[in-house]
Amino acid sequence: MSEHTEHSESSIPVKHIIGFIASIVLTLVAAYTTVMSGLPVPWIIAIIMILAVIQAVLQLVMFMHIAEKNPIPQYGNILFGFFIAAVVIAGSIWVMSFGMSDMDMNGGSGEEHSDH
Amino acid sequence: MWDFIWNDFLVTGEPLIYGAMASIVLVTVLIVFVLTYFKLWKWLWDEYLTTVDHKKIGIMYIIAALAMLFRGGVDALMMRTQLALPGMNFLNSVHYNEIFTTHGTTMILFMAMPFIIGLMNVVVPLQIGARDVAFPFLNALSFWTFFFGAMLFNISFVIGGSPSAGWTSYVPMAGPELSPEINQNYYLLALQLSGIGTLATGINFLVTILRMRAPGMTLMKMPIFTWSALITSIIIIFAFPILTIALALMTMDRIFGTHFFTLAGEGMPMMWANLFWLWGHPEVYIVILPAFGVFSEVISTFARKQLFGYKAMVYAMCVIAGLSFVVWVHHFFTMGAGAGVNSLFSITTMLIAVPTGIKIFNWLGTMYKGRIRFNVPMLWALAFIPNFTIGGVTGVMLGMAAADYQYHNTYFLIAHFHGVLIAGTLFGMFAGLTYWYPKMFGHKMNEKIGKVSFWLTVIGFNITFLPQYFLGLMGMPRRTYTIEPEWMPLNLLSTIGAFILAGGFVIFVYNIYFSARYEPREKTGDAWDGRSLEWATTTPVPHYNFATVPYVNSHEAYWDMKETGATTYDESKLEPIHMPNYKGMPIIMSAIMFVASFGLVWHWFWLAIPGLIGVIICMVIRSFDYDEGYHVPIEEIKRTEEQARGRKE
Repeated sequence: MSEHTEHSESSIPVKHIIGFIASIVLTLVAAYTTVMSGLPVPWIIAIIMILAVIQAVLQLVMFMHIAEKNPIPQYGNILFGFFIAAVVIAGSIWVMSFGMSDMDMNGGSGEEHSDH
Repeated sequence: MWDFIWNDFLVTGEPLIYGAMASIVLVTVLIVFVLTYFKLWKWLWDEYLTTVDHKKIGIMYIIAALAMLFRGGVDALMMRTQLALPGMNFLNSVHYNEIFTTHGTTMILFMAMPFIIGLMNVVVPLQIGARDVAFPFLNALSFWTFFFGAMLFNISFVIGGSPSAGWTSYVPMAGPELSPEINQNYYLLALQLSGIGTLATGINFLVTILRMRAPGMTLMKMPIFTWSALITSIIIIFAFPILTIALALMTMDRIFGTHFFTLAGEGMPMMWANLFWLWGHPEVYIVILPAFGVFSEVISTFARKQLFGYKAMVYAMCVIAGLSFVVWVHHFFTMGAGAGVNSLFSITTMLIAVPTGIKIFNWLGTMYKGRIRFNVPMLWALAFIPNFTIGGVTGVMLGMAAADYQYHNTYFLIAHFHGVLIAGTLFGMFAGLTYWYPKMFGHKMNEKIGKVSFWLTVIGFNITFLPQYFLGLMGMPRRTYTIEPEWMPLNLLSTIGAFILAGGFVIFVYNIYFSARYEPREKTGDAWDGRSLEWATTTPVPHYNFATVPYVNSHEAYWDMKETGATTYDESKLEPIHMPNYKGMPIIMSAIMFVASFGLVWHWFWLAIPGLIGVIICMVIRSFDYDEGYHVPIEEIKRTEEQARGRKE
């Protein structure tokens, strides 16, 4: 629908199909690990985080053209994306731990949150 | 069956609701009658419902926004009536809760958002010299998902009951334990549905602005409104997925019994607040930045000067976009996180005042020594500066964590955010609509009536919200449905102000009708002696926008063109123009999504599952749609342009 129709040599988008199937497999593995594997919780968390990172990289390469040569604004947006991801994840963990890691000396209400 | 319909499906037992039902039926019958009587169904379908033209989509967004402004405004008047005197019995507590919830949600998501997106739709492609947005089909789909989302939210007050846990929908109040009825589901699914449209719009405009600018227009030569649209799109793309996830998690809590935010089962209720404001704070910059862009354009045009500090404006918006994602905790300082958390977010909040202050001084600098014309768009911009600054400064007061423990959830907060949202976003949208009105409809809005509407709005706004700062300091909490006797004088004043404000809106809408009938038609495309490329087109704008796209040398492209006498019609460079075809799919697909969402609201999986399958079928059909659009032949371009320009020479 845009002004240029870009088709590579073959009309079957092999890269996209591989990426699509691989993403589904990775998601199913993550779901299996969480729901049925019965591993200890720290293991589960580690495994699903690794799977998440693999899938993110996979999608950036397979769908988001990160390997191609991009104009400058694209890099700016990608970096901003990493920044936002870090803020959302690290920020939420820090805020929802009520910042209690800084307050060990205070005792009191710190106890119920000691498991941050 | 009838028992279910009467007791659960329809909201019964409330005279105001019966009135609303009757008026909905009457208005629907009236619309159907008018369309049928004047044989307008085919025209409506061909010209608007199936359109992919960014100008028409923009107009539909703005009409929807004004309708929602009416609905949210009626909610506001009902609340102010209830709060005018102590012991009023106009609304009961449940009804009052529903009204403030729908007022907030409607005004932010179904009024402010479509208004800014509508203006972006009309103006951005014209400002960058593009024929349409990058993905016209997606643009139509965005509008219709927004529209059906808004309708889903709005039918809740007669079918099933409105959400009543506030526009923030905090758990546990909004969770399955304390709100077991279906009301909250409307909030979740309506926002989810319209959120699809907003996210798609963000992507659409990011791509449009990065890929479809006129030759020579580097990023630093874009008009400032386009810059604000670009930054807004980026914020939308990064903020809205957070809302999508948060809504999906709460929907699963409510419909499938999961425990993300519940009290039982190791849920974390405050995590909802955390995620909500991770989206919610960037959201307030999404609705304010385009307004800043409008003011920059308007002030520069009517002060007859180049925008002062163009680069500083751009960098200020970039800094605001970054900072908007790191201040969210200031909405819930009283959650009681440690001193480290609250201090950090106090500091980032105060930092945001710096780039905003830079922008304020740039606007003042633009006006300094300018020969200012006091037309209505400029009046809105002039009123914005002091009123918004009051709202902004009280925001910095609220941003100090220690002080916030006093202000939190009082009317001081209410006065603050209405101060920035009305004086910022709403004044900005009124300024923008009045400013670009001749481009959209071929005639200006009447100046005299516009000034009456402007003064009523500004005076009404200040009478309504200035007393609320003091009410807040006196201890009046928000979301209370009765007032103490000692708060009465200021509340009564505030209510009177609200009715004056409403008068301003009524006259604004009347002005649309009056101007359509009596205002002289525009003869040129350049109604205000404008500076950027949208004024280079003829009025009415041809559906392909630009016959030939000019080469751009500065961020005031049209100003340069006027000096050299260039136009957007260079006969020697004409080529057939590639344009997209109109499509019925977006409205049909969105209607199916509406049905599926309605099914989910009621836990009717027999309706929701076929609905979702229908959506997938639509996507498959769309994937195999090889329609490449059509080309406008040179003869047609010549005919259109000569007809439009013949009047000028």
